[in-house]
Formats: sequence, C-alpha cells, structure tokens
Amino acid sequence: MAIFREFDSKGRDRAAEDRRRHKELVEDSIKKNIGDLIAEESIIGQSKDKKIKIPIKGIKEYKFIYGKNKTGTGSGDGSEKRGDKIGSEEIEKGKGPDGAGNEEGEDIYETEITIEELISYLFEDLNLPFMERKKFNEIETEKNFKRLGYQRKGIRPRLAKKKSVIEKIKREKAHERGEVEKGEDYRTEKERFPFKEDDLRYFRVREDVRRESNAVVICIMDTSGSMDMTKKYLARSFYFLLYQFVRLKYVHVEVVFVAHSTVAKEVNEMEFFHKGESGGTYISSGYQKALDIIEKSYNPAVWNVYAFHCSDGDNWSEDNQKTVELAKKLCETCNLFGYGEIKHRYSSYLRKSTIRKEFDLKVKYKNFSVVSISRKEDVVPALKELLDKEDEGKE
Amino acid sequence: MKDLKKWNDKIEEIVKEEGLDCYPQDFELCCYEDMICYESYIGMPSHYPHWSYGKAYEKKKMLYKYNLEGLPYEMVINSNPCIGYLMRDNTFLLQILTMAHVYGHNDFFKNNRLFAEGTNADYTVEMFKNHADRIRAYIQDPSIGYDRVERILDAAHALSFQTSRVIGNKKLSHEQQKKRILEKYYAEIKPTSCLDEKKDRLFPDLNKIPLEPTDDIMEFVATYGKLEEWEKDIVRIVIEETKYFIPQIETKVMNEGWASYWHYKILNKLELPQDMHIEFLSRHNQVIRPFLGGLNPYYMGFKIFEDIEKRYGIDKIFEVRKLERDESFIRKYLTEELCNEMNLFTYKNMRKDYVVEEVADHQGWKEIRNTIANNIGMGSLPVIEVLEVSPQNQTILLSHEYDGRELEVNYAYETLKHLATLWGANVKLKTVVGNVDKMIVCDEDKKISINTTK
Repeated sequence: MAIFREFDSKGRDRAAEDRRRHKELVEDSIKKNIGDLIAEESIIGQSKDKKIKIPIKGIKEYKFIYGKNKTGTGSGDGSEKRGDKIGSEEIEKGKGPDGAGNEEGEDIYETEITIEELISYLFEDLNLPFMERKKFNEIETEKNFKRLGYQRKGIRPRLAKKKSVIEKIKREKAHERGEVEKGEDYRTEKERFPFKEDDLRYFRVREDVRRESNAVVICIMDTSGSMDMTKKYLARSFYFLLYQFVRLKYVHVEVVFVAHSTVAKEVNEMEFFHKGESGGTYISSGYQKALDIIEKSYNPAVWNVYAFHCSDGDNWSEDNQKTVELAKKLCETCNLFGYGEIKHRYSSYLRKSTIRKEFDLKVKYKNFSVVSISRKEDVVPALKELLDKEDEGKE
Repeated sequence: MKDLKKWNDKIEEIVKEEGLDCYPQDFELCCYEDMICYESYIGMPSHYPHWSYGKAYEKKKMLYKYNLEGLPYEMVINSNPCIGYLMRDNTFLLQILTMAHVYGHNDFFKNNRLFAEGTNADYTVEMFKNHADRIRAYIQDPSIGYDRVERILDAAHALSFQTSRVIGNKKLSHEQQKKRILEKYYAEIKPTSCLDEKKDRLFPDLNKIPLEPTDDIMEFVATYGKLEEWEKDIVRIVIEETKYFIPQIETKVMNEGWASYWHYKILNKLELPQDMHIEFLSRHNQVIRPFLGGLNPYYMGFKIFEDIEKRYGIDKIFEVRKLERDESFIRKYLTEELCNEMNLFTYKNMRKDYVVEEVADHQGWKEIRNTIANNIGMGSLPVIEVLEVSPQNQTILLSHEYDGRELEVNYAYETLKHLATLWGANVKLKTVVGNVDKMIVCDEDKKISINTTK
C-alpha cells in the first residue's frame, strides 16, 4: 500500500541560501573581469544609457572531461549519410542540438547592463576624494539619483528593504487567511516565515535633474610625438572612466580638454583623442593652460575641480623646474590633481621618468596622486589607486 | 488525492500480477517550486549546502521559464521505502503515468545488481541527512566556517568522479597488496629449470605510494593527503555521495527504458477512459521520442527492452534488468535492426564542423554500437590514475588512460588546481594532446604549465 502525503514547504525556500551564494560568486566574477570589460574599445566612448551585453562567465564546475575529439552518437531521421555535415561549433555554442547533453557546455549568462550600472559596480566602494572642501558640498554630494517607485529586479545596492518587508507581510497575511479558510487552526505559535525572492523589491532609480552642484574635469594630455596610438588609447580609457565616475557623483559635470606638446591649447573631444601632433614636450605649458582656464571660467570656490594629466613622462629637462612649480599650484587650486604616466609594457617598469621623480620628490600634497599605466588591464586599478587617495589623506 | 489512491491501488495490483518486486512506495505531492528545489538537491529531502545547488536551481528555473525544458514529470529516489514526487499542477493522467513509471524504477532499484550491491537503500535518506548535519556542523564551527568548508567542497566536487567506479569490487588492503606484489616477485625470480639463467629482477619497492596505480584519487587523497580530519571527512562525504550516484549513471538507459516499458504496459492494462487513454498515448510518445542529434535514454531503453521481450520472452527481460548495466546492455542487445530503426549515426568534430562518420547500415552499425557502449555511463568520464608520489617533494603523479579521447585541457587545468588544493603539493598529469605525450604540471601556487614529453 503506497503512502501519499502532501508536502508543504510553508514558504521555506531551501535553495535560497545556496542561490544567494551562487549569485555572489557571479557578481564577484563580474567585478573581477570588470577591468577588462570596461577597457574594451566598444565601451569606451559610449553614452551611459546604452545597453551593452556582456557575457558573464558562469561559475563553472570543473571536472576531468573529454574534449571535442570524442565521437558522438545521435538519432537522425534516416537521411544521414557518411560525410554529411550536420552542424558546426558556432551553432552548438548558441544552443545544443535537441537534448544533446549540453550539460558540460559553456555556461554563459549574457547580462544586459547599462554602462552606468557597470560603472556603479566598479566604483561601488569608492568615493571621490576631497569633496568636502566645497561650499555646496551638502547638496552636491549626497544624492544625484531620484528614487521613483519600485521594481522586482535590481541590483543589490538598491534593495528597498522596507518595501520588501511589506511585501513579505502581505504574503504572510494571505497565507494565514488561506489557512483559516481551509479550516485549519490558525497558527498559534510564531513560526518563522522567511523571505522569498518574489518579496524583494528594488528601487527604480532615475537621475535627478537638479543642477545644483558643479564639477569640472580638466583632462590634460601630452600629444607630443612620443605619445603613440596605444598610449593615447590608454589615456582615453582612463579619462572616459574618470568622467563617468565624476558624473556619478555630481549632477553637472563639465569637461575641458587640454592638449599640449610644447604649447597648450584647449581643444574639443574629437581633436583631443584623435589628433596627433609631433614635437617636443613642455608639460608646464599644459599646466599653465589649465590654470588659466580655471581662473577664467571655473572659480574653485564654486566648482569642484579635478585635473588629470596623462603623459609618457618624456618631458624636456629644461622644463622640469617650471612643471613642478605649476603642479604645486594646481594642487592648491584643485580638489584633486592626478598624474598618470603611460608606459609601454616592455619599457622597464622600474625606470621612472625624470619628471616623475621630481614629482615624487617635490610635490608633497595630499591631493596629488601619481599612477602608472602600461596595459589596458591597468586602467581600472590605476583609477582606483588614484581615487583611494582620500583614505591615505585622512591618516 | 482520493482518486490518486484509487488508481494507485489498481496500478499496484498490476505490478504484483506482472511480477515486479518493489520496495514499499511513498508518494509526495508538491508544488512546482518545491519540485525544482528537490531536483536541484538531487531529490533528497535534506542535503548539505553548496552554491552549485543554487546554480542548478537558477538554471532549471530559467530553462523552465523560457520554456526550453519542461519540468520532469517524475522524480524518484533510490531508497527504502522508495520516494516518488508528484507535482500538483500536473494533469491527472500524468500523475497516473508517473506513478506507473515510478514503480518501474522502484523495481529496478531493488533488483538491479549495481543498486543492490552498491547502495544501501534502507539508509539513503538518513545518509544524506547525516552528511548535511556533518557539513553544517563544520560550517558552524567557529574554527572552520563557511569559506573553508566551501574551499574543500569545491575541490572535492571537481574530483568527485575520480573514484573507484567498479561496483562490488573488493578492495585489497595495503598489506594484502604488499603480499601480492611479493608473491608475484618470487614467482618471477623462481628458476623454472636448472638450465635457466638466474633471473635478474629488481626487488619491488614496497614503500612506494601507492603500491599499485589506483583510479580512486579521492580515497587516495583522503588517506595520504595532508588534510585535517574534518577536511578528510568532507572528502569522504563526497565519495559516499558519488558512490550512491554511480549505479544511476551506469544504468540510465536501462533504468529509464525499464520504467518506460512498464508504464506503457501498466497503463494499457488499466482500462483508462478513452480521453485519458489518448492523452496517455501522446504523453508516452513525448517521453520516448527520439532526440534529433542526440540519444534519448527513455527511447533507446524502451526499444531494446521491447526487442528483448520479442526475441527471448518476458522472463529474459527480468534477468537482464537484474544483471546488466548500460554498457553490457547495449553491447549485447543493441542490434543492427534497432540501430537502423532508430536511425543512429556517429559524428565527429572536424575542423569546427560536425561530420557524420557512420550510419546504421550493415557495415556501420557495429561501430555505432561500440561507440555508444564506450561512451555511456562512467565511460563518458576519463579514467585517471595515481601512479606515484615522489618521496622527496610529495609531488603526485597522475596518468590519464588515453583511449583516443583527449581531455578538455582547460577543464583539466582547473581540476588539477582543485587537486592541488586537496593534495597540498605539486600535481603532475600525464596525458595526450593532439597525439603527442604531454605532461601538465600544477605547482603549489596553482601555476599551470604544459610540456611535451618523450
């Protein structure tokens, strides 16, 4: 005689914890790869609302398995002949043939994510340093997003705790009512009634339109002959991320581009990234130009000024003295002044340029920061290093 | 529920009449979310936690949501009493079909040699519960904690199938092995006649670890590895779980074929009302439909059992279900006619294209049969043996038994890293890539290198 019984999980979701852990691992893997992802050319320079698809490598469970040279078997419709081509790898990657044991196949989750979200993942725990010095810092920094309602899907940082609890209580009450209607005893002792994934609500977020706070990013780049395309590309990635990041923190951000070789000019974005110049390098010219621009249009009392300079460090030696002086002056004017030295991978890591040595020696400001970049993988760590300055400053 | 019981009684009657020999049967009715949960935790009411089960859940839910895969009608676990799960949302006919199908599995669990000898159905549920409790205790132990448990579980899962795969094989103890090697040695050096020269054989190294190559990497690590006691315990837990699953892996085709054979027979005998009968036929055909380009174990097993019955009579199929496993089942009973009827073919990956190699005609069918038999069950997983451990630096040397099938190297790299976690010293693996002998080395810092060996 078979026994029949009803199984009632009472809303308990036994897989919840393991699912949470799995999700955490997936997120970790996004974060780990984010440096590579974000430095991809296709992302750099896109508008922030553009949705991009990024393949997220699923957390694989590795085992010893056979590779592709094994022979497979299958049933057909009888029309197969020896030597027939029945498919190709590319097709299999999408979705395997019907039921053809795709278990060991690639677990790739494709996630659609906006660049903005990507960046907020990236900078989740970073803050723009030295923001407190500005007059309007209260309104400037606190919120630049407006929460507009709720949604069922979202990223962890936007979990709406209160709303989620309300949803859970709703479900709990409904469950109780159900019990009572069924004629079963209303639960007297308090049992645990855990959250289910369906209870969770996330804030829908829209960018706040208030334009009360201002920041300006001054990008200074060495466009002398020694800056080749690769170096420029690295600089560009760096600026792009920086700009995205500053925009995350401020409602209104302006960007100024200054290109310099021996003389400096204010240029537009297009020219900045694409126009090559030749000739020698006076870094001081770029700094002077930046200072001029700040004085003219961006009063540091009102504007948060962030100045960054990317160069390969090949400054002409007679200019070093002046450069150091102006760098000091920039430090005094700006919230943060950063210098990124772009080196080729194969050029010695240890060798610092003269100008960098000078900076290290003579420019001792808390808001001055020097990083070096030699590959696209370095961009994100460099940026983090730059922005981590704040913590050091506090010490 | 009442109706279910009524039909169940009828089914049980037929089951008895037909001579099926089952454990007592329990059915549990659950909703679809619980079903996915059960499925993720391989059917067990309690199981230790690990993120891979969370992943399984997400994957199943997604497949179901996008309609790529239906929920299983049936899930049944090898225990005494046998537990089958029925999903509330299924149609009434599906419940009946599932119940009949479950009795087929039930009989198979109780009688097939691999299950009878390899598992202990009386304690299945308890065993998994016990494992869960032990692992949870380690997680809760403040001196261990979740992260360290996960680290060992990750590694042990990666190697879980590198364990003894033969069921009912008696293992020799270390001392017995020693004795055997010595006996062999003395037998070899004994002069067979006075005319023979004195044979020059090296005395066997009795301190060698392992004495003889072993494919049971898991047990080896748990015995000789530098793990802490709780870590060894986790490895042993994973070994026990694999042991539970090997019979299922080794008899997938037979087991599903047997259950399908019986649900078909039982439902035909049930004298279902006409509309239900039509639904039954369409469901049945869905279950045993061939997968284009793949193998459906339900289909193949069903066909073969039907054929055996036709050719040798009903008693024979009971004998077959008791003694065989998939490999021998297919080698013995997959005939040319069946290959042809199922339109089987083999294919190979050639420069990124899949190309048909053999089709089921007179000259090709044997090749097809052998390919299936070689790749089924545990045959789909590489055999890797521990050859020796270097006494100087504890490096463990493994060898992949190459049979023409190459390892997926990227997976091998990562798996070796997991082994290095468990072993705590360098790991080396001999294998063949592109017809060239290779040695993959994973050092303690988990750095991988691959070299050609002579």
